[in-house]
Amino acid sequence: MNLYDTLFWFFSAVAVGCALGVILSRNPVNSVLFLVGTFLAISGHYFIMNAQFLAIVNIVVYTGAIMVLFLFVIMLMNLNADVEPQKGQLIQVAGVISGGVLFLVLIAAIHKASPMPIDKQSIDIGLINNLGKVLFKEYVLPFEISSVLFLSAMIGAVVIGKKEPALPAEGEAQ
Amino acid sequence: MPVYSTHYLFLSLLLFSIGIMGALMRRNAIIIFMCIELMLNSVNLLLVAFSKMYVDINAQLFVFFIMVVAAAEVAVGLAVIVMMYRKVHSVDINILNRLKH
Repeated sequence: MNLYDTLFWFFSAVAVGCALGVILSRNPVNSVLFLVGTFLAISGHYFIMNAQFLAIVNIVVYTGAIMVLFLFVIMLMNLNADVEPQKGQLIQVAGVISGGVLFLVLIAAIHKASPMPIDKQSIDIGLINNLGKVLFKEYVLPFEISSVLFLSAMIGAVVIGKKEPALPAEGEAQ
Repeated sequence: MPVYSTHYLFLSLLLFSIGIMGALMRRNAIIIFMCIELMLNSVNLLLVAFSKMYVDINAQLFVFFIMVVAAAEVAVGLAVIVMMYRKVHSVDINILNRLKH
């Protein structure tokens, strides 16, 4: 067992364990922290697959920005385990069974796939140099369109989150 | 036991199924949103594994664009959840059934 395989099993165990922690923990803050653990393990997978740029972007964007945003929202709403809504036992069992059945169906669909070795020779494919060349030559148009997407998402978030002016009739009714 | 592409296939399927289970089991809208993020990430992991397998750089750029779209989606989705919390003072999805009536 070489270093690659050991790291693969380690990161896989961390990712699956933390993913189970996300859906099983009662406290939403713990769920967010477990999800951060899952994303870090997935970044570790990217590192051992020599996708360095994506690993760094995953850490910076997902664990650094998106999960902190989740954490801010949860702390803003003051959610904790006491006010956490719980589904009934029956619904939870049904959810686990349907998720497990989906897993079994997908496994049955792919279990005959021939195992191909992961190519460990090409170590320079994930470098930012090569990715940037392809991104700014072949994918310039999607790149620019994604900037428009970000702008519209930003405007949308501001418009949705804006405080509505209180209507006088509504104020009198209350 | 050397690691083959099928190991990554099984791992990302497992993560995807856990995400589905979480989205079906929980009632907190934020947790459901996080489970959707988990599913997106499992797909990203599989894309990177296939990019490594076929020595193809386009898959990694596709992962990059998935991350871009996910970031925009999180911004709008969390704004919707905050707005909803301001209206009904809860993030329980069982309260949000007004479209049913």
